[in-house]
Amino acid sequence: MIENEVQMLRRNLSSWLYVTPLMLVLVPFFLLPILVVLAASFFETDGFGGLLPNFTLASYVDVLSSAQTFHLYLTTLKFTILTWFFTLVIGFLVAYFLVFHVRNQLLAISLFLVCTVPFWTSNIIRMISWIPLLGKEGLVNSALLGTGIIREPLEVLLFSGVAVVIAYVHQLTIFMIVPIFNSMARIDKRVVEAALDAGASRLDIMRLIIIPMSKSGIALGSIFVSSIVMGDFFVVKVMSGGSAASVVSAFYENVGVLQYPIAAASAVLLTLILVALISLVLRVVDIRREITQ
Amino acid sequence: MTVALERLDVAMTKARRRGAVAGGDRRPWTFYALAAVFTFYVAALYGPMICIYVLSFQDIRGGLVFPMKGHSLHWFIDLFTQVRTGDVQGSFDRSIKLAVLVTIITLVFSFMAGLAFRRRFPGDTFVFYLMIGSLVAPGLVLGLGVGLLFQWAGIPATWYTSALGAQLSWTLPFGVLVMFAVMSRFEGVWEEAARDLGASRWQTIRLVVIPVLAPGLVAVALFGFTLSYDEFARTLQTAGSLNTLPLEIWSMTLNVTSPSLYALGTVTTVVSFVIIAVCIGAIILINRRRGVRAAGSAH
Repeated sequence: MIENEVQMLRRNLSSWLYVTPLMLVLVPFFLLPILVVLAASFFETDGFGGLLPNFTLASYVDVLSSAQTFHLYLTTLKFTILTWFFTLVIGFLVAYFLVFHVRNQLLAISLFLVCTVPFWTSNIIRMISWIPLLGKEGLVNSALLGTGIIREPLEVLLFSGVAVVIAYVHQLTIFMIVPIFNSMARIDKRVVEAALDAGASRLDIMRLIIIPMSKSGIALGSIFVSSIVMGDFFVVKVMSGGSAASVVSAFYENVGVLQYPIAAASAVLLTLILVALISLVLRVVDIRREITQ
Repeated sequence: MTVALERLDVAMTKARRRGAVAGGDRRPWTFYALAAVFTFYVAALYGPMICIYVLSFQDIRGGLVFPMKGHSLHWFIDLFTQVRTGDVQGSFDRSIKLAVLVTIITLVFSFMAGLAFRRRFPGDTFVFYLMIGSLVAPGLVLGLGVGLLFQWAGIPATWYTSALGAQLSWTLPFGVLVMFAVMSRFEGVWEEAARDLGASRWQTIRLVVIPVLAPGLVAVALFGFTLSYDEFARTLQTAGSLNTLPLEIWSMTLNVTSPSLYALGTVTTVVSFVIIAVCIGAIILINRRRGVRAAGSAH
């Protein structure tokens, strides 16, 4: 018995040893910074970027009582829902096409790689690459004018909410494709064939087999997409041309004028909302089992 | 992603065995509809990027939109010689150095964490959720936290201290997630066999585990390098006084309205593409050599 326990302890020790380097990064560069932000949200500012450690809830009162906060959250929520919807639809269809319609597996994997390559390139560059297309004299407007569909160039395309959503969908659909592709690839094709043999329609197969079995991929993708959109500020800042602001872009402005406590308070609020959202998703799906298996 | 890459060799042999893939029976209409969606997606994915590469090769009259005005390398030369576009050369150097540092650390730390996470151990759930938290935390908020922490501790923020740490808090969770995918296909019996044959723990890792996992480790390196090289939000508040390349690009998007911005985009994307090609090429090469060896030993 004791020998067993000693062995157990030794195994645990080696596991802990192996995760120590990871923890040595996560504690000082994730856990502590978040706690610092939490602490800063309760401090007073001296107006010059310094923080006075007097406990106060003034920043929270400021943030929660301003009508601007409400608008910021509304804008952020609007962008999050729209982006989530479009990335989900496109990501699901692309993953479904690759897994169930491309019969040559080598081709499917090559096409999958084609979709993933831009993920490893600069986000900012991919975002500004919409300028020559969406601008007043851009390709989309020229094409529409040329075919006579419109008489005047559409100004709403660039530096607007439309441009923000386009840039988000362009950058983030990959975060839906990868997890959905992975969970769909795990579906046993024989299940689908059996359902076909038993007389199920293709709609039934989609509704009763494929969507339920890709649930975990959809959940993971949704977590990624919504947390990135809610935490973003540079797409909103550049693509809206300054006409829209999100929670984090307001945070950025506050940091710029050294209003750390207010910025921190709104960051804490945003984090709480994110945590609530993610734990809601996690109630449906055991993400850890999904990832490690 | 890695799983897909790992499957590549299996797929290749399968496809070879089958010869030409059978495509006799008729495809449903949904195939054509979805193929259209897929084509549209890929066109929208690459189209805009290709536009700015093309536009970066204009001559001095060039503007930000089509039509092309002449052909030259003017804006590339402008990029590296003009002072008004900022310190592109210096930030480029720093970004590469930082990305190499991040890659090495990500590779080693994720590999070790991957080994640990093969079994349950007390506290594993805490570590796991700490990692997920670090992955989804808004980068700018985290960056501010790191910046304030360094300020309070009296350590000056620089790209090789605070920015390095802030980037690792982003690349490491990705690295570990990739390791999970890789490890799930690793058979523990190979390790046991090595140990039964008298290999020490270090020998087992060096001679069995690392070679078997090599393609996955290349994938981790790919994530480490590219995510660091393009990282922006976490670096913004932590890089101190000297910019990395994405920070340089960011300041250019706000005040430079010439095609030199596109030229910089072309340069940085070429670097990314080279890294991606090298990594994917390495993975395919390792898998193919393995396939040949396995086929050779079967005869």
